[in-house]
Amino acid sequence: MARKPEYGLLIDYEYCTGCYTCQVACAQEYQWPTGMGGIQVLEVVQKLPNDKAYLAYLPFPTELCTLCAPRTKKGLEPACVKHCMAGCMKYGRLEDLSKELGNKSRMVLWSPR
Amino acid sequence: MSAQNVRIVRTTTWSAGPGCHGGCGVLAHIEDGKLIKLEGDPDHPWNQGRLCARALAMTQYVEHPKRLRRPLKRVGKRGDGHWEEISWDEAFDLVEKKMRAIREDYGPESVIFSMGTGRDIGPWICMLAYAFGSPNVMFALSGNACYTPRFAALDTVQGDYCVFDAGQWFADRYDDPRFEMPACMIVWGYNIPATCPDNLFGHWIIDLMKRGTKIISIDPRLSWFASRAKHWLRLRPGTDAALAMGFLNVIIKEDLYDYEFLEKWTNAAHLVRKDTGKLLRESDLATGGSRENFVAWDDATNQAAVWDAGQVEYKTPDIKPALSSDCEVSLADGSTVACRTVWDAFRAEVDNYPLDKVEEITGVPAGDIAQAARFYARSKPASIHWGVPIDMTPAVTPLCQAIAALWALTANLDIPGGNVISRFAFDAVAYALPGAEGVIKLKSKEQDKTRIGADRYGPFNTFIWRCQTDLALEQIFTDDPYPIKGLWIQTCNLLGGIGLDPKKWREALKKLDLVVAVDLFMNSTTQYADVVLPAASFLEKEGVRTWWVPLQSINRAISVGECRSDVEINFELARRFDPDFKWKTIHELFNDIIKPSGLTFKELQARGWAFPPEGHPSCPYRRHEKGLLRADKKPGFQTLTGRFELYSTLREDWGLEPLPHHEEPPFTPVSRPDLAKDYPLILSTGRRSPAFFHAEHRMIPWLRQIEPDPVVEIHPDTAAEHGIGNGEWVWVENWMGRAKFKAKVTLVVPPWMVMATHGWWFPEKSGPEPTLYGVWESNINQLIPMNAQGKDGLGAPIKHLLCKIYKVDGRGK
Repeated sequence: MARKPEYGLLIDYEYCTGCYTCQVACAQEYQWPTGMGGIQVLEVVQKLPNDKAYLAYLPFPTELCTLCAPRTKKGLEPACVKHCMAGCMKYGRLEDLSKELGNKSRMVLWSPR
Repeated sequence: MSAQNVRIVRTTTWSAGPGCHGGCGVLAHIEDGKLIKLEGDPDHPWNQGRLCARALAMTQYVEHPKRLRRPLKRVGKRGDGHWEEISWDEAFDLVEKKMRAIREDYGPESVIFSMGTGRDIGPWICMLAYAFGSPNVMFALSGNACYTPRFAALDTVQGDYCVFDAGQWFADRYDDPRFEMPACMIVWGYNIPATCPDNLFGHWIIDLMKRGTKIISIDPRLSWFASRAKHWLRLRPGTDAALAMGFLNVIIKEDLYDYEFLEKWTNAAHLVRKDTGKLLRESDLATGGSRENFVAWDDATNQAAVWDAGQVEYKTPDIKPALSSDCEVSLADGSTVACRTVWDAFRAEVDNYPLDKVEEITGVPAGDIAQAARFYARSKPASIHWGVPIDMTPAVTPLCQAIAALWALTANLDIPGGNVISRFAFDAVAYALPGAEGVIKLKSKEQDKTRIGADRYGPFNTFIWRCQTDLALEQIFTDDPYPIKGLWIQTCNLLGGIGLDPKKWREALKKLDLVVAVDLFMNSTTQYADVVLPAASFLEKEGVRTWWVPLQSINRAISVGECRSDVEINFELARRFDPDFKWKTIHELFNDIIKPSGLTFKELQARGWAFPPEGHPSCPYRRHEKGLLRADKKPGFQTLTGRFELYSTLREDWGLEPLPHHEEPPFTPVSRPDLAKDYPLILSTGRRSPAFFHAEHRMIPWLRQIEPDPVVEIHPDTAAEHGIGNGEWVWVENWMGRAKFKAKVTLVVPPWMVMATHGWWFPEKSGPEPTLYGVWESNINQLIPMNAQGKDGLGAPIKHLLCKIYKVDGRGK
């Protein structure tokens, strides 16, 4: 039977700047070979009315994300969260993070694999 | 791995490595002498535990199989790629012998010392050049068009540089009671979160935004800031000065400026002669009067009053200087001259920029300009931060004058949350930068006489101590007024990165008798060297960082091969060239540099960093009021008048326009409609990538996978018009040449402009001629000319050229 997810990542994508720190922090932590990694940054450019557009980035935890179990066991934050330059990622219990999700707009809550 | 064997070294990033202008505190995890992990230092006030992709990739960088590890001597023809490993002793002996021969035959000035982007290299390259006897230290970009022009322009009008305030002067940062959150911040042509240039941490702006700061974004691209801005002004590249004049127009017309600052701290009241258009000086009024003193009209007595620039006050007390005046002043010869005030002249210039005209020049709707200008002027406090596009236009100084007038007239200069004067920590200056004299300096004025460009350009003989790059390149071919025989190139990729018209740079390299390159990896430029010396990354060296606050030490964590730090390499040669070389050890040199802090290098290393205390000239705020900016301790600024100069006395002395204004750049659809017929798109270059610093990092797998190919951004409508699909290879071409890029079809750019990425070469390809790591394939600098610098020798048209685009057949292979 599948384990019930308990922990997750809360992302405030209003402030994600697409700096790719999370990707490389993960690569360093686990010495991933090229093409593999626990998190990927996605770019979204949405056309808006009046010739405007919105450029957004979103860190997406992949099938390789373990929520940094080896780190969190030691009381450390996941490598991506620790180094996030915009401070837009948070690790915690899904129960607590889901409450925070309601505090502002442009947020997503990931419950990885 | 067992944690017991891991040693943690606390240090500071400052290139080489992440490539940036540094300042982040890091913890290097070392096991058996190897770097196993780099983390942000959570206790460090600069980055507060955060770290960028390029620093986090250091484990792939330091032990990269292609790192240079031993000195190399060329054994074949230049460019053939045949090298022999030699010892450091042999390398030093060889370089010393060849450089001495040039010095004896042609004079020391015949060797140019070339550097790239500004980091922990400036002082050491100056140290070597000056010890050798050459004044020709070269920052290799055309028009010295990165940071130096902005520095020089602010030294011209306000005597000191300034930056946006993010509380970086205090250990407690945003929580320090002295700091205030800016209500508004103008981000002017700046994608600073990617790469952190200009000695700032880009994400500080994101910190401010989270705490309520609203953004005005001025950018032709839909940058991240533009997406989130309260006002986004999408201007045509190269029209920034017209936009700034439009802002000034709104602020003056709508009475949104600060009267007190204008009266008290600017030269608004000084008189300008109507006959010559020049400042009226005390020497005009009376024989024996000083040319350095200026004149105002006293409304109280209806007569001229002399501004004593040395004393920074009027010679007669209690005068009421007129801000606006139409007066007749008696001159020494008995005649009279009609005058108006600087403020009148300034406003008359601003009147040339009504918003409908500004809209026509910039493409930004007049209503949007008015709203943004009002929002900036009414927000208290407000700051402006500007990026390198400001430097990358030939009329850079008048543009800087216009923007500087914005923060001055709104009284946002050196206040909490405004534009804060950025002095080197504890005024500890390693080497001469605009506005500062360092520990490392030329031995005499005599030694400086032959510096290339100093005789031609005002700023270059006032406070820029480099040679003018365009003239230096020409001189390699002309030998006029003296031959250039040697080039010392230190972490500077002339062909793949910084050099415009790079094939011309290659011809120059081929012509020289001696080329020495110091670098961490081979690149297209090092292929033309006679000797290549392996340099250390920041993790392999010791150093001091003083720009700006806090004062920081760089501490050695590891060593790699036989790599040596730039300071070690240059120290050894400098010692050999100069019998009177001042320092015996490198620690002695560091101690000398940081002496004003009262700390020794060892003490600084133990502390990690140090903040200047309250009351020190390098600790804000309102230092012009407190007499902390000038050497004589008088209130005011370090300018010729002691005031913020709305009308520049130095520019007048240099025979240049003293007031801010817009000049159409040399290669735009407006200035060159003839070229625009064949090349209808505006070509802009140099948008930043978080993965790369300029030409660096293409060999680091974790970074390269973020941006595997050279990209040109094309608007969907423009791509469709040219039958170009996303991801297809295209040629970008103009009258200079062409380069190949992968199309990124995106709304980020407007339909009339393409943005080509810069610094592209391919370390995975063959190094020797003719391939040269594929440097001619996708190097956008092949489309940009040298010799288009501004009238003061500064600036280059890098953000606004012209081009056409078309598909490459067969996917570009």
